[in-house]
Amino acid sequence: MITLNINGQSRNVDVPADMPLLWVLRDVLALTGTKFGCGIAQCGACTVHLDGAPVRSCLLPVGSIGERQVTTIEGIGSTAAGARVQKAWLDLEVVQCGYCQSGQIMSAAALLETMPSPDDADIDAAMAGNICRCGTYVRIRNAIKQAAKGG
Amino acid sequence: MAQASSRSVAVAIPSRRAFLQASVATTGALLLGFRLPLAGAVSPKGGDPFAPNAFIRIDRQGVVTLIMPQVEMGQGVYTAIAMILAEELDAQWEQVRLEAAPPSDKLYGNPTFGIQATGNSNSIRAFWMPLRKAGASTRAILVEAAARRWKVDAGTCRAENSEVIHAASGRKLAYAVLIDDASRIAPPKDPPLKAPADFKLIGKPLKRLDTPDKVNGKVIYGIDVMPPGVKFATLAACPVFGGKVGHVNDTKAKQVPGVHQVLVLDDFVAVVGDHMWAAKQGLAALDISWDEGPNAKVNSAAVWQQIRAASEKPGAVAKTAGDAAKALGEGDRLDAAYEMPFLAHATMEPMNCTAHVRADACEVWVGIQVLPRAQAIAAKVTGLPLEKVTVHNLLIGGGFGRRLEVDMVEKAVRIAKQVDGPVKVIWSREEDIQHDIYRPVYRDLLSASVANGRIAGWTHRITGSSIMARWFPAGFQKGIDIDAVDSGADMPYDIPNLRVEYTRDEPPAVPTGFWRGVGPNNNVFAIESFIDELAKKAGKDPVTFRRDMLGKSPRLRAAVDLAASKAGWGSTLPARRGRGIAAQTAFGSFIATVIEVEVDDHGEVSLKRIVSAVDTGIVVNPDTVMAQLQGGLIFGLTAALYGEITIDKGRVQQSNYRMLRIDQVPNIEVHLIKSGEAPGGIGETGTTAAPPALGNAIYAATGVRLRRLPVDRVALAVSKSA
Repeated sequence: MITLNINGQSRNVDVPADMPLLWVLRDVLALTGTKFGCGIAQCGACTVHLDGAPVRSCLLPVGSIGERQVTTIEGIGSTAAGARVQKAWLDLEVVQCGYCQSGQIMSAAALLETMPSPDDADIDAAMAGNICRCGTYVRIRNAIKQAAKGG
Repeated sequence: MAQASSRSVAVAIPSRRAFLQASVATTGALLLGFRLPLAGAVSPKGGDPFAPNAFIRIDRQGVVTLIMPQVEMGQGVYTAIAMILAEELDAQWEQVRLEAAPPSDKLYGNPTFGIQATGNSNSIRAFWMPLRKAGASTRAILVEAAARRWKVDAGTCRAENSEVIHAASGRKLAYAVLIDDASRIAPPKDPPLKAPADFKLIGKPLKRLDTPDKVNGKVIYGIDVMPPGVKFATLAACPVFGGKVGHVNDTKAKQVPGVHQVLVLDDFVAVVGDHMWAAKQGLAALDISWDEGPNAKVNSAAVWQQIRAASEKPGAVAKTAGDAAKALGEGDRLDAAYEMPFLAHATMEPMNCTAHVRADACEVWVGIQVLPRAQAIAAKVTGLPLEKVTVHNLLIGGGFGRRLEVDMVEKAVRIAKQVDGPVKVIWSREEDIQHDIYRPVYRDLLSASVANGRIAGWTHRITGSSIMARWFPAGFQKGIDIDAVDSGADMPYDIPNLRVEYTRDEPPAVPTGFWRGVGPNNNVFAIESFIDELAKKAGKDPVTFRRDMLGKSPRLRAAVDLAASKAGWGSTLPARRGRGIAAQTAFGSFIATVIEVEVDDHGEVSLKRIVSAVDTGIVVNPDTVMAQLQGGLIFGLTAALYGEITIDKGRVQQSNYRMLRIDQVPNIEVHLIKSGEAPGGIGETGTTAAPPALGNAIYAATGVRLRRLPVDRVALAVSKSA
């Protein structure tokens, strides 16, 4: 049995220690907001936070997490940066199909936690690991700037 | 899972043209429709809702539920279609709810195709008038019902915000209290429609109804459904197209914790487990030998050899005017061959489908662009009658044409037949890329003559797979695939002598299907690149050359002028930097696009600026149109810069997909041209616009003309030996 802290709640899961966090979240805990895109940490759809830092959950063995706090898209709205990002995403109508957007929002929220006023280059550097097949990049950049201004 | 099995009541209507029937749903069929998990959705309580046609339901609380015939894949169609219905119905926007239509070609068939399908950028074009009439006829009977109660002439009443108003007496009645009376009134055949000047919703950048749940993790795509007791499966198909499973040793796989079953089917192997990790680990532990079959020697060289030979043969004539052969002999002649590669769809949501097969029924959960086909394939695989197959239509994490196919449903149901309880089948990304149904390779042979600064003669032979012949046979008649020649047979330019042909050539082994931009993708690239070559031949500026031949297409000429002006066309750029323009009439929209690039000494292309001018007729939701253009352009640029599927030993060589990332994409300006014409299509237009504008910009920057995609960096590099 492995104990995880997810979105402020303690959760016990009976899974192999090498099982990636992504599948624990989705298939065991039914937290399906975190998405499977590529399985090799190339697309960013599975991004979650470990102690506030963005990580790719598709390659992260659940046994390696220990005491660290896991935050997912279902919980990011309770952080100030996360709530601002979500609001900006809606205000600027960023989303198209939406499948990558959980990961985009998690990466954007982590950026704003460490860098409150990012410029274009900062945004590009922080967000280049998140692919959007619908091509919402222009609006993502604008929405992060709006969120940085306070939403 | 959230309410996936909630039942919603809709009226059973016997004919497709159902707008004239009104009845309270006392005989209403129970449709197992998926109720969208949209914020604030409520179920009707008590009494029957009023359902005057297949698209609208009004309950006693005044909630107006609009049934969506088309599927939402990010193109914003749920909101746009709701806006059209609500506009003519005069429904209060805040009271509007959405519900995905169940499978029914009869009730929800796309008026263009005759089947329930979402594609070809035609949702708004196809449903614009039918839905306006559905809304208007419903409004008319509600107004009539109020007028009768007040004993006044209906002409003295009007509707607004889900109320009927009699201004002279100051009386008002809510739709909610009129539904019983209205249900006894025959709706008018030709209800008066609003004048565009009176539109209250259409033309406004309303917020999309599907987005709130897409930013908080609550949205349920097909891949997210969790029916109670669901198991998880993943699969491996024979890597060679058309191959079969030979022998499987599953000893190690069955030892993986959480693995339940190893299923060996004719052409693929699946592992079922407690979760995807068990299924994945189990699949990796299998020792499989494949019976590779007759395609094991197919490679890209053979594909190209075949299509090049086929393209030399005369094709079926799709369009002819004047005497093209004679005109080619007069003036300055240019010949070119353009080639397009196979492409994968690479939707962000990998292929998946959840199915539960019981002795007497089958349930399927999937995000699909062709709902009735999903139902039909599940019925075929299970041997159950259609009515015993329920398909829950979920939101789609990227369609792009891939989900116009139902192979993922077929495979999932075959697996589910052998599993006790529901099973969610998810393809790995590698499987998704290597067993796609690919955008075909195309070869375009173009010849033209230029005289007096204009094109005098033009021939264009399009060679490639006929997707229509397989997918929609009515679209392949007398040797012409209507999709393959789309935007090729109906060029916007004034060319007096012209001949456009199509030669069907099916590639060996590789399955082909629709891909965002469909036929115009190939044709717009070949034509707009070649037009640039001809401008050079004529010694004219590419913008001037185009606009001088657009006399019969003033809407496109206006778009060319606007894009050129906004992009600063003609101003000087530094070395290795260039601008390219492409103009297109496709999907009923008129679009000009200017792309500015810089090409470094290694041949790497960076995008500096993108400007598009768009006349798409009456715009339902301008923000959605802009978003579709922005995204569509990036989709097309990704393909042009990186997209290529190659074949060796009968297998796809790629297992992932390179895409443009945010740090490679500049700002994209979209300028909408005001128009009172009927709406055009928009979802695929950016994708077709981008590749030729890019190629023409690369030519302007480097002097190198690219006649094949994707972009060949070696050809663009500055030679070190020079």
